[in-house]
Amino acid sequence: MGAMIQKDDGFDAAKSEPAIRFGHVSKVFGGVRALDDVSFEVGRGEVHCLAGENGSGKSTLIKIITGVYRPEPGAEMEYFGKAETSVTPNSARGRGIAVIWQDLALFPEMTVAENIAFDTLLGIRPRLVSHKGMRDTARAALAKLGVDLDLEARLNTLPIAQRQVVAIARALVSDARLIFMDEPTASLTQAETDHLLAVVRTLSAAGVAVVFVSHRLAEVLEISSRVTVLRDGRLVGVYQTQGMTQSRLTELMTGKTFDTVVGARDTAANRKVLEIENLTRRGEYEDVSLVVRAGEILGLTGLIGAGRTELCHTLFGMTRPDRGTIRLNGKVLTMNSNRDAVAAGIAYVSEDRLALGLVQPQSIADNLVIPVLDRISGADGLISRRKKGDLVRKWLVDLAIKTGRPEDAVATLSGGNQQRVALAKWLATEPKVLILDSPTVGVDVGARAGIYKIVRALADQGLAILLISDEVSEVHFNADRILHMAGGRMIGEYDPRRTTLHELEEAVYA
Amino acid sequence: MRSFIRAYPTEARLFAVLVAICLFLSLASDSFFTLGNFASLLNNNSVNVIWAVGLLVVLIAGGIDISFAVAASVVQYLCVYAFEAIGGGGWVIGFLVAGGIGITIGFINAALIHRFRIISIVVTIATYNAMFGLLMFITSGRYLYNLPEWWTNRVTIFETQTAQGTWVELALPVAVMAGAMAATWFLIRHTTTGRQLFAFGDNPEGARRAGINIALMQFVAFGWMGLMAGIGGLMQAHIVQEVVPNALIGRELDVLAAVVLGGARLGGGRGSVLGCFLGVLLVAVTQNGLNLLGVSPFAFKMVVGVIILSAISMSNLKLAGLVKVMRGGR
Repeated sequence: MGAMIQKDDGFDAAKSEPAIRFGHVSKVFGGVRALDDVSFEVGRGEVHCLAGENGSGKSTLIKIITGVYRPEPGAEMEYFGKAETSVTPNSARGRGIAVIWQDLALFPEMTVAENIAFDTLLGIRPRLVSHKGMRDTARAALAKLGVDLDLEARLNTLPIAQRQVVAIARALVSDARLIFMDEPTASLTQAETDHLLAVVRTLSAAGVAVVFVSHRLAEVLEISSRVTVLRDGRLVGVYQTQGMTQSRLTELMTGKTFDTVVGARDTAANRKVLEIENLTRRGEYEDVSLVVRAGEILGLTGLIGAGRTELCHTLFGMTRPDRGTIRLNGKVLTMNSNRDAVAAGIAYVSEDRLALGLVQPQSIADNLVIPVLDRISGADGLISRRKKGDLVRKWLVDLAIKTGRPEDAVATLSGGNQQRVALAKWLATEPKVLILDSPTVGVDVGARAGIYKIVRALADQGLAILLISDEVSEVHFNADRILHMAGGRMIGEYDPRRTTLHELEEAVYA
Repeated sequence: MRSFIRAYPTEARLFAVLVAICLFLSLASDSFFTLGNFASLLNNNSVNVIWAVGLLVVLIAGGIDISFAVAASVVQYLCVYAFEAIGGGGWVIGFLVAGGIGITIGFINAALIHRFRIISIVVTIATYNAMFGLLMFITSGRYLYNLPEWWTNRVTIFETQTAQGTWVELALPVAVMAGAMAATWFLIRHTTTGRQLFAFGDNPEGARRAGINIALMQFVAFGWMGLMAGIGGLMQAHIVQEVVPNALIGRELDVLAAVVLGGARLGGGRGSVLGCFLGVLLVAVTQNGLNLLGVSPFAFKMVVGVIILSAISMSNLKLAGLVKVMRGGR
């Protein structure tokens, strides 16, 4: 059991005055209770984590605290010692509450300085802009964070991690004393995440409270002193993070127990499906050799920038190697485009499924059939509705995609179900090799287990699977063998059954 | 200089291309690199630049306007009647009336876009057709020559005699162009409203969340465009000394091409006054050069099309290269 809040260890909420204190918060949307009598409290300067699966009520709670939604009558709201009865987004901002949304809400064409000092530009009546004043404001905010950025750089030339720093700095300019960070590390590498966590610590030391909303449990436990867990709109509890384990937190969030056991099996005797020898593409990866066997899940891990995604692009025919050979079922394969790759039997579920993998506004059914349009069209070249319907039904059932109707837009699905649609889309091409690039980014814990189960089942059917992830635990528990890539080279091979997660993490993150 | 190139890569590249073309033309033709030729280039393109800086503001705010050239024609006709009604007028009244009518037309576009949430290209295609149809219907396609004298009399703002003895002069529209450029530059670079326009065009949802008044943005952008359309219309009638209902049709696409060539982004959030000026000038210099080289005027449009295509593809090529470098360095 994670200890219920104790007054004598870790962060002491009772001694410090709370930044915000909410009690009896409920919210009903059209008869559905999104929040049911939840209380929530964050101390000044505390790093707090708000944990829960998608649909647990996290975002509803944030939106109530930031004044976007009004709670049902009876809620108690207190900001920095003052009780409030109604809050608007503007008044919440005035009280020092800031949110850094997942989609950042920054201005990509504007400079770093303008983005950080943006709020000084607001107001209906035109005023003169002081470009120097904005730079000074921005520099001061960045100094508080202990970060140095080029103020004149256009935001869209910065990596996501630095944009996040810009968003945080912008919140500081408007004197935020409590900052919500919605999934701040979803698209960050390990090193960038570490840097962000350091920034969060700086903020906390300066008395700014930070509420982390994150799916990644490891960092949640690392950074926060307490965690509030929500499930199905109800408060499960508030726990000290000291002594809390990932699996315990998962249980609290989902209400289910997951066995995180190493799933690796011996596949050394299986037939070789994909063989790569001395594959090199200058500036991306060098001398990469690997074998993926039928029914095997080969894990490929390493920090972002290790060349994993670049290697995948070559395996999927999108870039050509400078040297080396790719063999599929013993035959040398040369590909000029990803159409060749699909025809040869290679499927690739991309890392960025939201942008690249799925056509969001189109229906689930239409998304599923994109790679196989020629197979579902009749002799007249038109799409056969019957064939399409059969195919779509088969995959929705096989992958247990929970959907109202196949005609619904993909955008209406949860992250986990979207990932399944992306998977189904490629499985429909009946591939021999399946490349999965970071398949659980942005997918919550419960749904992850479902995806792992599917991947294992596919391997059991004889598919050769290359599983790429920068979460070492993901490959450790799910792969049969693990390759470690760094700086474009393969630098180690591990057997998950003979290596502990800790050893592997040491090796990769060191 | 280096920071300029970094902040305005398109403008810097455009400038380089313009210099290269000028160098080539100076060598290929005797009459290109002369004060007289440059003065006439400026005189003849001032109206396009005035429109271009108006359109720039709309593009920055994430919109587009197809109707401004027709709006300028409407302004010209209404001005003729208005000046007749008040018995003459003068330059001050002329600018006020032309600008006022232009702003009104811009506000109509803005109101339609904001109130009914229709995208600007659809609204302005509709108002383009409605205004043009109305104009042709009411005027029956008649030309007007009876313009007040103050309107058609040539105003010289600068003149000098060259060594060869010919007179070189810059006319009023060039001064108006300079004023329009300076005012637009001030608006978009140095006022909070201008920076809000950039933000709105760049990320409308982010701007809304930050508390920017969205309606105000549309009215400022299209109002500014209308103002420039009106003033440009006034200047164009001043130059040609007549008002013709369909004379300006088609100019909107030339101006749009020049503005985009100058680095303004369709989709909003990027663009500069300097870019507009260089964009208009590049097209003008090319036409001028072809003319001096004795190329058939029928080939002009084709060459201009090729120039626009190659300039834009060049900047995209550069972008593609950058993306590759960034990916590699990730």
